[in-house]
Amino acid sequence: MKYLDEFRNSDLVHNAIARLHRITHHPWVIMEICGGQTHSIMQNGLNLLLPEKIELVHGPGCPVCVTSLELVDKALAIAAQPDVIFCSFGDMLRVPGSSGDLFSLRASGSNIKIVYSPMDAVKIAQQNPGKQVVFFAIGFETTAPVNAMSVLQASALKLDNYSILVSQVTVPPAMEAILSSPLNRVQAFLAAGHVCAVMGYHQYFTIAEKYQIPIVVTGFEPLDLVNGILKTVDLLEQGLNKVENAYSRIVTEKGNVAAQNIINTVFKKVDRNWRGIGMIPMSGLGLREEFELFDAEKRFSIAHISTHESEICISGQVLQGSVKPDHCPAFGTICTPENPLGATMVSSEGACSAYFRYANGKDSTS
Amino acid sequence: MINDLPNLTNPVCAVPHSHNDYIVMGHGSGGGMTHNLIQKVFAPHFTNSSLDANNDFGIVENTGKNRLAISTDAHIVSPLFFPGGDIGRLAVCGTVNDVSMSGAEVIGLTASFIIEEGFPIKDLERIAISMSIAAKEAGVKIVSGDTKVVERGKADGVFISTSGIGYIPEGTDIGGANAKPGDAVIISGTVGDHGMAVLTARGDLGLETQIRSDVAPLNGLIHSLLLEIPDVHVLRDPTRGGLATTLNEIATQSEVNITINEASIPLNPEVSSTCELLGFDPLYVANEGKLILILPDTMAEKALRILKNHQYGREAVKIGMVLPDPQKRVLLRTRIGSNRILDVMTGEMLPRIC
Repeated sequence: MKYLDEFRNSDLVHNAIARLHRITHHPWVIMEICGGQTHSIMQNGLNLLLPEKIELVHGPGCPVCVTSLELVDKALAIAAQPDVIFCSFGDMLRVPGSSGDLFSLRASGSNIKIVYSPMDAVKIAQQNPGKQVVFFAIGFETTAPVNAMSVLQASALKLDNYSILVSQVTVPPAMEAILSSPLNRVQAFLAAGHVCAVMGYHQYFTIAEKYQIPIVVTGFEPLDLVNGILKTVDLLEQGLNKVENAYSRIVTEKGNVAAQNIINTVFKKVDRNWRGIGMIPMSGLGLREEFELFDAEKRFSIAHISTHESEICISGQVLQGSVKPDHCPAFGTICTPENPLGATMVSSEGACSAYFRYANGKDSTS
Repeated sequence: MINDLPNLTNPVCAVPHSHNDYIVMGHGSGGGMTHNLIQKVFAPHFTNSSLDANNDFGIVENTGKNRLAISTDAHIVSPLFFPGGDIGRLAVCGTVNDVSMSGAEVIGLTASFIIEEGFPIKDLERIAISMSIAAKEAGVKIVSGDTKVVERGKADGVFISTSGIGYIPEGTDIGGANAKPGDAVIISGTVGDHGMAVLTARGDLGLETQIRSDVAPLNGLIHSLLLEIPDVHVLRDPTRGGLATTLNEIATQSEVNITINEASIPLNPEVSSTCELLGFDPLYVANEGKLILILPDTMAEKALRILKNHQYGREAVKIGMVLPDPQKRVLLRTRIGSNRILDVMTGEMLPRIC
């Protein structure tokens, strides 16, 4: 903890903020990709200390928020079947499907368990040979290695009652989708530190060059975030479209090669629907043919799911940074964490929930 | 790389379901969902001035000059035995503390047990002994009880409901609506210990910690305090929903702003790092042996001396002030010297994903 305390040190943060004020001469729009960063910014009140010329917009890096409605509905359909134990990270239980959510399904008697790791779900499968155990494998590159590992372990244990419902997404295609949008305002990215810890940052060089945009790998503590913003503004002010690493205590250019190998052994790149945004080609991971046995979508007959997405919530625009959470007419009035209209208000990493929880609708950066 | 771009011009999202029809676990979290359930289902039918004061105790006018404080609390916990305590100690202390937060001297408790078929009698006896020890420590008697058994699967081991009663001394007026601008806000020690002790004791996190529950009777501490400082405005134990949710309740009841300093909130380092790991905020984690004390700032130093002299108040510290503000909110001055809203917990607290 002492180690982390140094990255929360008020004096160090204020020195870095003072430097940021000195070097910021032009208005800049910077997107932090990861919902964890959004929450840290709001939780620490960092947004109130930044120069007025810097606008932070909040990216789509919340795995709960972007899991497609179709997959949530499939999860509900599987979890409702008898003899199924449906395992999920807790945050997914409140995310709405077309009719109902996993919390409601659990209240009506379905066997739905919150687990902290897919390895726990594998254990549950071992302990319950008469039940089908399904894990809702959501997340970015950060959860992909352990979710893949659970498949490898189930395979080694020859478990025929374990499968995963895959909703893995990857960051770089989403960044390209945002940059290619006619609505794009983003001039630089703070890349998500934990994703880069797994994947490295070599893949960002081509994006920086193609879209002429600086990308800075950034961590999550207040000092990490200020240092990331500082490097980004420095590059922007100099007109340099480079990739830099402001989280070098965790991230290397190559990343965690062993974890990448596990991902590549089990998963392949597939097209993926992002909730609120739409289909982004090759932006997801799906199980390779040799692991199809562990694919819940193939194990259960859930092909005929019809989804219905309402049009009240604009969380898709929030997820790509074109609208700030508190600029939504529903924010804080008909849409609250207790009565969420969209996943961005549900998830602990969602931008709307960060605004509601910490800023009560007031953000000095806008 | 991207040939067919997604349509980013008109994205939409779903309208979810607000859990108005069936009970879900979040209704029992002690946060916003619990509050809404009570307001919707119970408050309209039970309404009276004592209940509507929204304290953890109710006050009944007696024919004599003393008023009676009454409180009741159902205790469910898994596991039943955890580091630092068990459901028996919890059942006694929880109700002793709720009654004591009115400034009352607790004079008696009742206890009713709902026991699941197949529950080991030796465990029940262990719980009874623990209750007896806690009651002796608090100086109260368990004067009446009830026992019911339900079929296997209809309860989780044992549930214990306790009620308590106490006399409020003449002139004492302590309650959640009494915080006034200029008052100091004091916490009697580290926050989050009970919740994290129980959570890690369940074993499903794969974490081994030395965290112990703080479950303790606070009536002795409160007695010492009120003997020397009668002018206490608010006493409340931050149980479910934690310090943050309880401060919000007080801010709402008293129609004030409460501003606290993040850096001054005492935290057991192991609680802090376990919360860090799981993505929990210790300010929302339950306590069972701590109290929030709000009183005129001029009395704060004296109050701290008294609390620190008591075994359950050794780490007492002033964490903030009550300020005039019609918005009735709780503000946190963050460690890096900025401000943010400290909101109530909504539903269940859930661990982070990555």
